[in-house]
This record gives sequence, C-alpha cells and structure tokens, in this order.
Amino acid sequence: MMSGLINANPVVYEKKERRVRSIPANLDDEYTVEPIDQLEIFDHLRDIKDPEHPYSLEELKVISEDAIEIDDSNSYVRVTFTPTVEHCSMATIIGLCLRVKLTRSLPSKYKVDIRVAPGSHATEAAVNKQLNDKERVAAAMENPGIVALVDDCLAPTYVFSK
Amino acid sequence: MMEIEWELIELQRLRGHTDRVWSMAWNPSSGVAGIPTMFASCSGDKTVRIWEQNSSSSSWECKAVLDETHTRTVRSCSWSPSGNLLATASFDGTTAIWENVGDDFECISTLEGHDSEVKSVSWNASGSLLATCSRDKSVWIWEVLPGNEFNCASVLQAHTQDVKMVQWHPTLDILFSCSYDNTVKVWAEDGDDDWHCVQTINEANNGHSSTVWSLSFNADGNRMVTCSDDLTIKIWGTDPKKLLSGDEYSPWSHLCTLSGYHGRTIFSVGWSREGIIVTGAGDDAIRLFVEDENGSVDEPSYKMILRKEKAHDMDVNSVQWCPGETRLLASTSDDGTIKIWQLQPVT
Repeated sequence: MMSGLINANPVVYEKKERRVRSIPANLDDEYTVEPIDQLEIFDHLRDIKDPEHPYSLEELKVISEDAIEIDDSNSYVRVTFTPTVEHCSMATIIGLCLRVKLTRSLPSKYKVDIRVAPGSHATEAAVNKQLNDKERVAAAMENPGIVALVDDCLAPTYVFSK
Repeated sequence: MMEIEWELIELQRLRGHTDRVWSMAWNPSSGVAGIPTMFASCSGDKTVRIWEQNSSSSSWECKAVLDETHTRTVRSCSWSPSGNLLATASFDGTTAIWENVGDDFECISTLEGHDSEVKSVSWNASGSLLATCSRDKSVWIWEVLPGNEFNCASVLQAHTQDVKMVQWHPTLDILFSCSYDNTVKVWAEDGDDDWHCVQTINEANNGHSSTVWSLSFNADGNRMVTCSDDLTIKIWGTDPKKLLSGDEYSPWSHLCTLSGYHGRTIFSVGWSREGIIVTGAGDDAIRLFVEDENGSVDEPSYKMILRKEKAHDMDVNSVQWCPGETRLLASTSDDGTIKIWQLQPVT
C-alpha cells in the first residue's frame, strides 16, 4: 500500500510515557464526579490509528496533550489536530475519528469542537466547517464505507482498558 | 408584552424515539375548535412518530410509529395544509408521503430524485406544491396532482453547498431556502411555470457569515427571521403593499441582527402568531424574543424575554409553536425526547 499515499514517509515520534493515575483519596464517596482533564481526553484519542499509516495519531504528532482545551465547569472541549501534510485529504476522516471517539467516551453533556491547527491545512476553514456541522457528521456516520474506515482507526483505542 | 415576566412550564416530556429527534411538525388542523392537538416527530432512529393529545387526560400519547419505510435518518416532516397528508424527508435520499386513514398512516408515494440526503420538505399554503432540498445543493419543486400524484415541476440549482431547509411563504407561492453556503435564496415563478432565484441574501447584504439553518415568518408574512451557525438571528422585512399586489417581486431587506445571546449554533427558529420569536440552540437552551418599543418600523429592536437553560440535556434541534394554541410550544433534542411547553406570565 506504499504507492499513492499522500505522505509516504511520515515522521514518527516516540510515544509519551503514560502517566499512571493516582487513586483518589476518598474511595468511599462513589458519587464524586472527577473533573475531566486534558490527559483524560488525550488518553481517549492517542491510540487512534492514522487512516493511512500503521501509526497512532500520537506517534505522528497529529494530536498532543497541549492541543486539547477543556473547560470542565462548562462541559466544553476543543481538540486541535495537525495533519502531517498541508494537503492531507484524510483531514476530515481524522477529525471525524476524533469526534466519534469522544462522543462514545464522554458524557453526553459535553460540547466538543474539533479543528485543524491554524495554518496547518490548505482548506482549513472548509475542513473545520464540515467537522463541526453535526448534520454532516451524522450523515457521514450512516455511510457504511466511512463507518468501516472510522471503526478501523478506532480499533486500537479499545484494546487497553482505561 | 415587555413588562410582564414570563416563564416556560414543561407540561410533558415524551420518550419513545431511540435516537436523536431532529424535528417535529404540528398538524395544522389540530388545537382548533376542540380538536385535540396532534404532531409528528422524526428521528435518527429512521422512524416517524405520531403523537396525539388525549382529550380526557390532556397528555400526549404516541398514536403510531411509521417505520420500515425510510432506511436512514428521517430529518424533517411537514403536514399538508388540510392535515391529511404528511411528507417526511430522509437521509436515504427520498421523501415519503403518508396518508392518515382513520388511525393508520399509509405510505402512498415516495419521491425520488435527489442525489444525496434530503434535509427538508415544505408544502405551500394551498397544498398544491411541495418543495424539497438536499446536500446535493438543489431545491426541487413538486406539483401535487389529483389522486395524490406528484410531479417534479422544477430542479433548482443555484446554491453552491448543502441546502438545509426550505419553507414556503405563509400566503404566497414564494419559496425560501437556507444553506451551508451561508445564503438564503428566494424563488418565484414567472407565470410560465418557470421557477428561478429572484433574490440571494448573502453576507454582503447583511446576511449570515456561516450556515443558515432555519427561517420563519411572522403571521402577516411581511417579516422573516433566520438563524445561523454564526450565533446570530436576523430579522428581515419586505414592503407589505408590494407583497400583496404581487406585480413584481418585492425584495427582503435586513432590519435587525440579534447577536450576543447564543453561544452555540442556533438550529431552529419560530415566529408565533402573537409575534414571539423562539430559538432552539446547541447549548441546550430555548430563548424567546419580542419586539420592543424602542425601535421604529424601519429599524425595529428586539429583546430577549426568557432564556430556558437546560431545556433539554443535549442540543435543541427544533422548536415549533402550536398553530391553534398560541402559547403552546414543542421542542426536540439530541437527547431523544420531545418536550411540550406552556408559555405563561409568572403568577
């Protein structure tokens, strides 16, 4: 599958060491809802496989912990991702994978915005608009071909229990 | 209207759909002269549900589930003016026409032609025409012929992107469409069955700077409100005398923009017979606006009279005033429920 790839030789980075989360002090209070932080969002997304290469979005530095903004009190999350090349036609698929994974992983009250890093893509505004139009996202996720591709990219994220 | 303090009382929450509820439509002949109110709702679960108000208990119950017809999300629905036919628009690319026969609903026709998802369907005031629109960027006009036959009268290609909604003017055969291309287009026929775009409202004429999701007319039909992903709602007006004379097309001009009230996309807007504007937005809230006395005819001013936060647990997709009962409101949401509300002064 080497010929025809948009970015045949992506730069692969080392994975960040995974921080072991400390056990909360008061185990008795089962109703305390832990606030969600950047790392938790990143943990949901880091192992998503790039649609074209056998590497994760973390390894390709498409997403990083710093590029996740969270306002937990307002249940708001914004994920900024950086496609490996400016003309990446897989940008909308990557964005869709990020959105679908968060929809499946976060409580439904969360509002999620997904965008490409400013200046990182030739048709930035067009990609962002599509990724944040929920009607377009819903229609895409009724397309069997797209669903299969997204599920394939998300498969590695369900391997380890979190 | 301004001096009173208003509240929105939740009368009932209707569960049943197993996916987000995109839209609903009140049956036009309901809520009048003692006829119990009835409405249709449509969902990502591929079904349409018919709900009717029980005359003794006054609560709404699901009367019918219209399934096994659409093979994908049903995005919107619209009743014919007589209330006997229901049109449903689906992501499967078709528009189904259902007839209410006693307690049953039967699919009597399927309109095909769009290349991709159908987003919206609307009947004209007399019920002689139907309009549909799609992600394929086109707007189709269908003639309703005797025997419930439907004939495609025109395929209109002028939008440059996905068309989100179509809506006929409340009295005249003028069609409005709103789009992902940020514009609202107005369509009229020149008398020779030739439909064309007579006006485009874009950013240059004070139009929206992002996707226009919906629009609604006031009772007189000389004002229109549009809502958008750009977080504003805009009020538009036309010369009522010119509108009624019907000689030449009377253009719509910008009257007012309401910004700073919504923090997320506004998906739906409605204008009640009494003049109250309602919005449903992606921040789970319902807001109400009325014209205030500080404005003038040419430059009206509007104020928010109520904000119902957490009206639903997720995005509000559709808000619709009941045709018969002026202060009855329905809302639908991504949370899979429909809520019926009563607007009343705080006692």
